[in-house]
Amino acid sequence: MMKRLMNIFKKQSDLTTILLFAAGVLTMPIWLDPIGANYPDLLQKFVIFGIFAVGYNILFGLTGYLSFGHAVFLGVGSYTAVWSFKLFTMNVLPAMLFATLISGLIAAAIGFVSMRRSGIYFSILTLAFAQMFYNLAYSVLIPITNGETGLQLRMHDIRIIDNYFSDPVPGLPSTEFFGMSMNGYSGFYFCAVVLILAFYVAMKIFRSPFGLKLKAIKSNQHRMRYIGSDTRPYLITAFIISGMFAGLAGALLAVTDPLAGAERMQWTASGEVILMTILGGVGTLFGPLIGVGVIKYLENIFSAINDAVLHNFFSFMPLWAENLLVAITAPFVGEGWHLTLGILFMVIIIFLPGGLMEGFQKIKTRYLTKSMKDSESTTKQE
Amino acid sequence: MDSILIQLLNGLDKGGAYALIALGLTLVFGTLGVVNFAHGALFLIGAFCAVTFQKILTFSKKVLDPNITFFDAYIEQPYLELWFGETGLAIIDYAVPLSIIVTIPTMMLIGLAMERGLIRHFYKRTHAEQILVTFGLAIVLQEIIRHFFGANPIPTPAPDIVSGSAAIGTWIGLGENFVYPWWRLIYLASATVIISSVFAFLHLTTFGMVVRAGMFDRQMVAFLGINVQRKFTIIFGLAAVVAGVAGAMYAPILPPDYHMGMDFLVISFVIVVVGGMGSLRGAVAAGFLLGILQSLASMTVVSSLLPGIDQIIIYLVAVVILLTRPRGLMGRKGVMEN
Repeated sequence: MMKRLMNIFKKQSDLTTILLFAAGVLTMPIWLDPIGANYPDLLQKFVIFGIFAVGYNILFGLTGYLSFGHAVFLGVGSYTAVWSFKLFTMNVLPAMLFATLISGLIAAAIGFVSMRRSGIYFSILTLAFAQMFYNLAYSVLIPITNGETGLQLRMHDIRIIDNYFSDPVPGLPSTEFFGMSMNGYSGFYFCAVVLILAFYVAMKIFRSPFGLKLKAIKSNQHRMRYIGSDTRPYLITAFIISGMFAGLAGALLAVTDPLAGAERMQWTASGEVILMTILGGVGTLFGPLIGVGVIKYLENIFSAINDAVLHNFFSFMPLWAENLLVAITAPFVGEGWHLTLGILFMVIIIFLPGGLMEGFQKIKTRYLTKSMKDSESTTKQE
Repeated sequence: MDSILIQLLNGLDKGGAYALIALGLTLVFGTLGVVNFAHGALFLIGAFCAVTFQKILTFSKKVLDPNITFFDAYIEQPYLELWFGETGLAIIDYAVPLSIIVTIPTMMLIGLAMERGLIRHFYKRTHAEQILVTFGLAIVLQEIIRHFFGANPIPTPAPDIVSGSAAIGTWIGLGENFVYPWWRLIYLASATVIISSVFAFLHLTTFGMVVRAGMFDRQMVAFLGINVQRKFTIIFGLAAVVAGVAGAMYAPILPPDYHMGMDFLVISFVIVVVGGMGSLRGAVAAGFLLGILQSLASMTVVSSLLPGIDQIIIYLVAVVILLTRPRGLMGRKGVMEN
């Protein structure tokens, strides 16, 4: 019985995978309700960072090149999208197109240079580029980025296309997709559809000859070169694709909240996406998404907790124990969420470098071998 | 002319800090083969050793203000002053230099604990995993600091006697306007002393000789019956001490806050790579070089020509050097190449 079930899952085609995935994503408001994660803001974050992580996984998961500069593309995507809102139209489609294109161009430039080196040198090169962009966003590029205030919509923006077709309405306009507002759940469903498309592309890449080549590069690049295939074009392409995914995610961040700030480009933000990818499982299709879900969910919960909540939570205990426990746990919640994140990160790398997916796999094999042995022994008895 | 000289001194100063951190990074990398992203956090902890020491010295008691007689006014008076009078105040004044006495053993302990507790489990793992786990550790250490000291920079003044500026101009005959803060000069001097003593330690002592031999061919040294691992662990502690002292001394120049470690780490890593992974001389040379370049680029003449260059010069140089000289300035052959 178990075996037959496994076979069904093994033989699943691309179509069933994507359909299952789409169903899973679109019903998120339902099955996330019991754990208290069913509100638009958080759901949007899940899917947007999901796109970011899926894209990052195409580079890091498939080729093993550890980029410390992917937050740049997220930031560039956001800025481009907000500029598109300011200059052309509040429709999100052009914004997303521009963002993907421009971050793709920048990724091509950075990738072309960085991909000349590998290993830690590649990481440092991408880090150096990221720091350049970050520092410039706060100094020379202030006319474009609006510095520390962040780039935001204004009443008197040009908005050529919108103003050509209709009279400007009073108040700040909001982002829309041919009339569909991008606030709340409609925003989430829009991002979810984009995520499903992005996931489909990533899955196709994973299962294509191109993806196989990238995996081969990860396992032994020298051998790839010896058999006469030039790895550089493939690496640069992977870098560009993952940069475009990041740009798209950045654009969606701006779609759901039209504000772009340079702190999105800080190198620790790149660290965060690495963390999500690794937590879930590098190089697996679903791993990064699980990582995003876990981290964004925990972030949401932990950073909302304060001392009063803790006191309430431990209130069943005697007063001294309550105070003691609150004193112990307080540094890890609220503002201290990053501490918990750092510890979680270290624990994962130390004990489970393959991420949660590897953990599931281990549990599954242990359970399966056990049940198989059990069934064998029962058949013998019969 | 004056401004160029001032910027040169600034650059040497900054370069001193960069070189000290990069030196420790390279030592750790050369001996243990570990890429330590938590090294910036050691610099940070060093700076906060100075802050803590100063806080402990200035533990205060509320006493009646004798100057105000109309009502009961209280002022804070440090215990040291209450107990020792003028001597106590003098001790408080010298908090930062004195803190180094505490910083050295503390950093040694932290370094050894870090190596034994975490790093040694990562010798055999990939560099990517080493980077990631130490990155996590850096976040943890930084957040612990933030929990105890808050998010704002904490001013940590240098002793009064050196808080002014040195009239360098009059010494070398360039006019009285050419002055430079004393403490920065002291920092530069002590950075030079620390760097030379590290090199002296490595080149003039038996311990250093064994360590260098171990960096060159670890297996062979181990065959000779020497416990290389223990020596390397001590080197890790030494690297932590160097970074910590650099941090403690830097506190009066830049009031420490919780993310200064990360800020310095990125630049130091770039410097290590520019100098050549595994080359101590390269790290020191690149540290000073990039420090000076950064300072020169921030001059008004330069930034009016190329706006924003001061922000990116280090990274730009790094990119160019990495692409043209793959091993960095002084990198050895066969280190970190794949």
